[in-house]
Amino acid sequence: MRSLLWWQHGLVGTSVLVLAFLYVPILLLILFSFNDSAVTSFPLAGFTWRWYAAAVANGQMLTALQNSLVVAVCATVVSVVVGVTAAIALDRYEFVGKRLFQNVILLPLSLPGLVTGIAMLNFYKQIGIPQSLTAVVIGHSTALLGIVVSQVMARLAKVNSRMLEASSDLGAKPLETFRRVTLPQIMPSILGAALLCFTLSFDEIPVTYFLTGRDVTLPIYIYSTLRRGITPEINAIGSIIVAASLLLVIASVKLLRNQK
Amino acid sequence: MSFVTRRNAPAFLALFSGPFLWILVFMIIPYVVMISVSFWTRQFPLFVPDFQWGNYAKIVLDPQYATVVLRTLKIATIVTVVSSLLAYPVAYMLVFTIRSEALSNLLYMCVIVPLWVSYLLRAYTWKIILGTNGALNSLLISVGLIKEPLSIFLYNQTAMIITLVYIFIPFMIMPLYAVLKNIPRSLVEASEDLGVGPFHTFLRVILPLSMGGLVAGMTLTFCLSFGDFVAPVLVGGPDGTMVANLLQSQFGAALNWPLGSALATLVLLLVLVVLQVSSRFDRAGQIDLR
Repeated sequence: MRSLLWWQHGLVGTSVLVLAFLYVPILLLILFSFNDSAVTSFPLAGFTWRWYAAAVANGQMLTALQNSLVVAVCATVVSVVVGVTAAIALDRYEFVGKRLFQNVILLPLSLPGLVTGIAMLNFYKQIGIPQSLTAVVIGHSTALLGIVVSQVMARLAKVNSRMLEASSDLGAKPLETFRRVTLPQIMPSILGAALLCFTLSFDEIPVTYFLTGRDVTLPIYIYSTLRRGITPEINAIGSIIVAASLLLVIASVKLLRNQK
Repeated sequence: MSFVTRRNAPAFLALFSGPFLWILVFMIIPYVVMISVSFWTRQFPLFVPDFQWGNYAKIVLDPQYATVVLRTLKIATIVTVVSSLLAYPVAYMLVFTIRSEALSNLLYMCVIVPLWVSYLLRAYTWKIILGTNGALNSLLISVGLIKEPLSIFLYNQTAMIITLVYIFIPFMIMPLYAVLKNIPRSLVEASEDLGVGPFHTFLRVILPLSMGGLVAGMTLTFCLSFGDFVAPVLVGGPDGTMVANLLQSQFGAALNWPLGSALATLVLLLVLVVLQVSSRFDRAGQIDLR
């Protein structure tokens, strides 16, 4: 390694600390999920699987997990369908109010989720829709639309419009052009956005908190358990979620790399 | 790209009407409803349609609410500043100090991966670290630094700031990394060839060119930590009530939807103002390099 100046040492030091700061808490969560003690403290008390056994046997938790998966899948499908159509319309046409429309779609990305949640709660109340998982799906899809639109539009900007012209000159109908020319080119961005939507919806709290009825999702279940106190079972559930998230990240990286 | 004309209007409408209706019904109308409700009056246990500024006046004038809003502003500002101070060196190192592209990419992945891990869990880990029976206390006891567990770590504003910085720092590193990567190396080399030291090169070349990313990261961090829902509940204490807690209680125990809607409307306005200012600032700070 070439020698570093004093300030470069400082830079590397700070960066190492920040990276440690990012990972130590997650590692501690995993460590304590295997610790044979009801309190999360050192010294460690020995290895155990019992928190995992307890988590897997917890019926309420499993129901919540199932709800979360259903909500995340539905919200992802809706966001992708609505988002891709919106992105293509925004990419292809100039119309009055286009910028405004684009800004409104992207707004939830920087707006705290609870504002979206409260706005929808007010709306549902006025038109008499009960709080339910369906309400949650609509809320998530709306909040996540911006991700699909921004990802897909960035990709569409790189699509060569001559290929579209060539396709229609060769007699392809617009739908066929979309299916055989546009779609393959924007597929990586759609998959990437879909994975991100799935993860964010699976993890979502503020919108869900205001819109769900008696059915709880996994984050809401964990959240309400935590307000009552810490149990190592949560560490086990948390570690399983961490492992699943890592698999998703790896899958998405692999997927996007193969697409290139 | 083409303008919508009579000829292509059917195709445009086929594409656009779905997303437009969705946004209209599930976003614009709900916001309008929320803003209207913010002018209503509460006549327990009902909320009566009305047009009066009482709810807003209460938030601004009643110290009980005004304190919380000011505190949230303060905490969001501290979180934003601390995150940018910590994030900048990381982004700088990834782009300029590390020569190996593979290592730089790997470390960048390491920065992003935590964003995929549940945000609730990332906030929760600080509860098991800072708690009275938590990891930090027990570690300090076992190395003999303290005898009794301390309760000073959890349930205060510092715990909240640490947790929020932890949650949002990747959002700060990402845009910084992107802008730093786009700075042409030739500019940095030119500055160094002209005999300018690394520190002044940083101040006069790199920093101004990275302003866009810095502003983008700060905007996102500020807006999201201002309305954060989880950290104040999990690690915030009696002096850590934030706008999110207040909102939660207006729609829960306190049952005052008009007041809650007014508060949420104020958060919405604040975010819009911050976004507007940052886009102005961003455009002013952009230097055309082509």
